Amino acid sequence: MIQAVMVISTQAKPRLLKFYNFQPPEKHQDLVRGVFQLLSARPDSVSNFVEVDAIFGPGTKMVYKHLATLYFVFVFDSSENELAMLDLVQVFVETLDRCFKNVCELDIVFNFNKLHTILDEMILGGQVIETSSEQIMKSVEEIARLEKQSSTTSLIPKSISERFSR
Amino acid sequence: MEQLRTIGRELAMGSQGGWGQSKEFLDLVKSIGEARSKAEEDRIIARELEHLKRRLADPDVPRRKMKELLLRLVYAEMLGHDASFGHIHAVKMTHDESLPLKRTGYLAVALFLDERHDLVILVVNTIQKDLRSDNYLVVCAALTAACRLIGEEAIPAVLPQVVELLAHPKEAVRKKAVMALHRFYQRSPSSVSHLVSNFRKRLCDNDPGVMGATLCPLYDLILEEPNSYKDLVVSFVNILKQVAERRLPTSYDYHQMPAPFIQIKLLKILAVLGSGDKQASGHMYTVLGDIFRKGDTASNIGNAILYECICCISSIFPNPKMLEAAAETTSKFLKSDSHNLKYMGIDALGRLIKINPDIAEEHQLAVIDCLEDPDDTLKRKTFELLYKMTKSTNVEVIVDRMIEYMINITDHHYKTEIASRCVELAEQFAPSNQWFIQTMNKVFEHAGDLVNIRVAHNLMRLIAEGFGEEDEGADSQLRSSAVDSYLRIVGEPKLPSSFLQIICWVLGEYGTADGKYSASYIIGKLCDVAEAHLTDDTVKAYAISAILKIFAFEVTLGRKIDMLPECQTLVDELSASHSTDLQQRAYELQALLGLDKHAVESVMPADASCEDIEVDRNLSFLNSYVHQALENGAAPYIPESERSGAISVGSYKSQEQQETSAHTLRFEAYEMPKPSMALATSQASMSAPPTDLVPVPEPGYYKEDHQTSRSQPSGDAVSGEFGVKLRLDGVQKKWGRPTYSSSTPSSSASSQQATNGASHSDGGGATSSQARESTYGSKRQQGTEISAEKQRLAASLFGSAAAKADRKAQASRKTAKESASTEKASASSAASQPIKEQVIPAVPPPDLLDLGDEPVSSSPPIADPFSQLEGLLGPASATPVVSGTPAASTSNAQDLMSIFSDDVPTGATSGSADPAVGDANLMSSHKGATAAAAKKGPSLQDALQKDATARQVGVTPTGNNPNLFKDLLG
Repeated sequence: MIQAVMVISTQAKPRLLKFYNFQPPEKHQDLVRGVFQLLSARPDSVSNFVEVDAIFGPGTKMVYKHLATLYFVFVFDSSENELAMLDLVQVFVETLDRCFKNVCELDIVFNFNKLHTILDEMILGGQVIETSSEQIMKSVEEIARLEKQSSTTSLIPKSISERFSR
Repeated sequence: MEQLRTIGRELAMGSQGGWGQSKEFLDLVKSIGEARSKAEEDRIIARELEHLKRRLADPDVPRRKMKELLLRLVYAEMLGHDASFGHIHAVKMTHDESLPLKRTGYLAVALFLDERHDLVILVVNTIQKDLRSDNYLVVCAALTAACRLIGEEAIPAVLPQVVELLAHPKEAVRKKAVMALHRFYQRSPSSVSHLVSNFRKRLCDNDPGVMGATLCPLYDLILEEPNSYKDLVVSFVNILKQVAERRLPTSYDYHQMPAPFIQIKLLKILAVLGSGDKQASGHMYTVLGDIFRKGDTASNIGNAILYECICCISSIFPNPKMLEAAAETTSKFLKSDSHNLKYMGIDALGRLIKINPDIAEEHQLAVIDCLEDPDDTLKRKTFELLYKMTKSTNVEVIVDRMIEYMINITDHHYKTEIASRCVELAEQFAPSNQWFIQTMNKVFEHAGDLVNIRVAHNLMRLIAEGFGEEDEGADSQLRSSAVDSYLRIVGEPKLPSSFLQIICWVLGEYGTADGKYSASYIIGKLCDVAEAHLTDDTVKAYAISAILKIFAFEVTLGRKIDMLPECQTLVDELSASHSTDLQQRAYELQALLGLDKHAVESVMPADASCEDIEVDRNLSFLNSYVHQALENGAAPYIPESERSGAISVGSYKSQEQQETSAHTLRFEAYEMPKPSMALATSQASMSAPPTDLVPVPEPGYYKEDHQTSRSQPSGDAVSGEFGVKLRLDGVQKKWGRPTYSSSTPSSSASSQQATNGASHSDGGGATSSQARESTYGSKRQQGTEISAEKQRLAASLFGSAAAKADRKAQASRKTAKESASTEKASASSAASQPIKEQVIPAVPPPDLLDLGDEPVSSSPPIADPFSQLEGLLGPASATPVVSGTPAASTSNAQDLMSIFSDDVPTGATSGSADPAVGDANLMSSHKGATAAAAKKGPSLQDALQKDATARQVGVTPTGNNPNLFKDLLG
C-alpha cells in the first residue's frame, strides 16, 4: 500500500503531507527532514527510486519526481510496483496541471486543500482507486460545483434567519 | 530572488482572488516566505496560532470564515507547529451542514487525529449520519474519513451502512465503500470476515473501476490464504485477458495502455495464486505470453506491466518458454539507459536466478556496470542481487566488494545491514579460515560497533577452536596469523570497542604461543591499548586480563618476567579504579605474580578456553559451608517464591531485624511505612490479644503477607543447606538476568562434542577447491574487447562454466544455507567453525539437492549459529556462581580447576590453591562470577550483581580484597 504522499519544496519546506498510516504530528518534521536529506543528496539523472527502510520501516521504498522547485514523493511498501508508482506521480502532477493551468509552487501552497481533494480521489486508504486524470478532474470539479452550490444555498437561509433574529 | 518572484506571483494571485483564500492567509504565506531564519518563521507562526486560537473560539466569526481559519491551522501544523487546540474545532466543523465546511472539517480531522484519539468518538456519530446522506459527496467525504478514523472498536458502528453502500448507484461511492471495507479488514480482519463474499460479488461489478478497486482487498485476502481463492484463477485470467485485449472503455486507458493499474494488480494476484501450483499456473501462460508479445517497452507504464509479468512468471510454476520471454525482457531492461529500468532489471534478475541461475551469466557486465554506477539505489539493489547469488566460488570477490562499499556508507541503518550481510556470507561460504579472519577484521575495523557482539564471540571461538582437533598445526598457524594481523592493526586509532576486545583476547591467549613475539612486546602493546582507551572499561578489562594471561604463561614456562614500567603504571592505575571489576583484575594480576610456577599452572592452564564447562546448579559444593554457617546461628534463606512480592520481603526483613538484631547488611530500599505497621499489627495479633492495639483497618492484601510472616518461624527449621545456599541464590536472582537458571549447560556442551565428532568431511572441501580452480581457469577463456579488469571481475563473480560444473555442490551448499546445518558436511574446506555445533549429521546432502536453488531469502537469519553460542556463554558466565564441584566432599581438585580454567578467556580468574577450604571455594566462585560478568560487558546490572555477591560472601570490594586473596593463596 501507499504509506505517504509528500510534496516538499527544494527549500525543504513541506507543501503537502498525507500519511495513510497514521504518523503522530510531532514526527512529521523528522520524516520530512529525513526524506529531504536523501533527495537533496541525489544527483540528477539517476533512478527515481530510493529505499527508505531507515525512515519508514523495513521494505519501504519511495519514488520521487523533481519538478521545478518541488519534489513529489510517494512512499510505499513492497506490494506496489515502482514503475507504476512513478506513473502515479505523473498522474498526480498532470491532474494538478489541469487543475491549475500551469501549476507552480504557489498554487500548491495556497490550495493544499485542493490537493488533498485530488489525492482523495486518487488514493483511498493507501490504495490506488483512480488513475485517469480526466476522471479525477471531473470528480473534483463536481465537488467544487456542489460546494459552491451548497455554500450559496446555505448562506441565504442563514442571512435571512439572521435578519429575522434581529 | 526566487522569493521575490514568488511574492510577485502571490500578489497576482491575490488580485485574481485565487481559490478564495483571504488576504490574511496570503500575508501569512508571504511573511513565512520572507523569514530569514527558522526562529523568525517560528515567531510568525506562533503569532498566527495565537490569532487563530482567539478567532476559532470566537462565536461571532462567520462560518464562511471558519473554513479558512481551519485551513490556516492545518497549514501551521504541516509546518510542524502544535495546533492541537484546534482539533476540537475541526471535529465541530464536521457536524456542519454546509458541504464545504463539512469537507474541510473532515479533511482537518483526518489529518490531525488517528483512530486512537479521544476526539474520534465524537466524529464516529457524524460519520454514521453522513453515510446515510442523500448527497453522494457527503457520503464520499464520510467514507474517506472512515478509512482514516474508524478503529477496531468503532467498526461495528458503521459497518452496516458501508455494506449497504456497496450497492449504491454511484460507482464512485461503491468504489470507496469497497476501499473502506478493505481498510476495516486491515484494521481488524475478524470484524469483516463474514463479508468476504461481498468482495467476490463486487468483482462482477458493471463498472471496471469498482472491479479494479475490489482487487485490492482480494489481493490482501489471497496473500493470507491463497488456497481458498483458487477457484477465482480462471476469472482473474479472463479479466486480465479482456483488459489486455482492450475490451474496456478507452477512458480507462493510460498512455495508450489499457487499464495498467488493474493489469498490475491482477498480475500480482496471479503470482500469488500460481505459486507452486502447476494447474493454476497452466491457465496463466497464454495470457502472460500475450502480454509479453504486446508489451510496450517505450512507455514507463508499459515497462511496469512487463516487470510485473516477470515477477509473476518467477513466482508461478516455471515454464521454459515464459522464462525465456522474461529473461529477454530483463535483458532489455538491463541494457536500457534509464536508471529506473536498470533498477527494475536488476530486481527482475534477482527473481529469475532463483529459478535458473544461468540467466545471470549473460548479464554479468551489465551487473558490474550497475555496481559502479553513481546511483546509490542501483548500487544497493545490485549488492542485494550479488548477495543472492553468492556461492563459495565467488564469495571472496563479492564480500570484498561489499566491504569496500560499506566503508564509505554514512547511513548507519544500511551500514549495519551490509555489515551483517558480509558476516553472514563470510560465515557460510568462507573458503578458508585465514580469509574468514581477515574479512572479519575488516568488518570489525570499519563497522565494529554496528555488528552484533555475538559475531565477535564467534570469531574468538573460531580462533580458539581452529579447524578442529586433528589439525593442530594448521590451528596454530591460523592463530599466529591472527596475532600477526592484530599486532599490525592494533596501533591504529579509532578502532571499535568490540574489535579491540577481540584483539586483546587473542593477543592474551595466543600472543606468545608461537614464540615469535616476546612477552614484553605483547604486553607493551596491550598496555598501549589500555592507555589509548581510557574511557572504555571493557577494553581495559580485556587488556589487563590478557596481560595477566601472558604473565601466567611465562611463569608456567619458567621464564623470568620483568614488569615493564608502563605495565606497572597500568596496574597501579587500575587498582585504584572506580570500577571494582578493573580493580579486581589488577589485584589478581599482582597476586599472580607472587605465585610459584606450580600454582600458576593450575590457576591458569594454557589454552583452556576450549574446555567445556560443567555446571552444578545445585551448588552442592556449598553444602558444608552452609551447614557450618547455620550452626553458627545464621538465618536460613527464604526462597523468593515464598516471599510474595516486595512488601513481604520488607516485612520479612524487618522481622529478622527484630529477632536477629541488625548485624547483617540490607540491600533493598527501606520499606514503606505501612507494611511494617501492618506487620506490627499482625505480630501482635499472633502473640497478644489485639485489644491493646490501635485498630488499624487492614487492607485485604496484607493478609497474604501475614501468612508469609507467620510461616517464617517454621522456615527457620528448614535444613541448613536450603537456607544459606538459597540466600546467595536470592541475591543473584534479585540482580541477575532471568535467563540464569534456565540455561542447560550440560546439554549444549554434550551436543557440541557430539557434533564435533560428526561434522568433519573432507570430500566437500576438495570439491570446492577444485571448483575454484576451474573457475579461475575459465576466466582466461573469456576473451573479448571489454576492459580486462571488468572482465576479470565478471568472471570471478559469475564463474560461468565452472559454475555450471559446480552447480551440484552449490545446490547442496545453498540448501545448507537454508538449514544452516549441513554446511560443514557439504561445503568449503573452511569448515566454518561457528556453525559447527549446529551440524545435524542426520540430514544427507543428496536429499537436499532436490530443493535446488531455493530462494536464498528463505534461509534462516544468521543469528541462528549464535543463539547456540550464547547458550554456551550463558551458563559459562553463570558457572562459578551457581555451581562448582563440592570441593569439601569430593576434593576433586582437577575438576575444580577445569571449571575455573574455562573462565580463562575472560582472563581474570584464579582458582584457589587449597580447594578443600569452603571459604576459598566461595571466594573463588565469586571471582569467577565477577570475571564472567565482565565478559558480558560492564553493565549497571552486572556491576550491581557483582557488588551484591561480593557483599554476600563477606568481601568488601575495596581494601580487604587483596589481603583476603593473599591469605587464601598463601
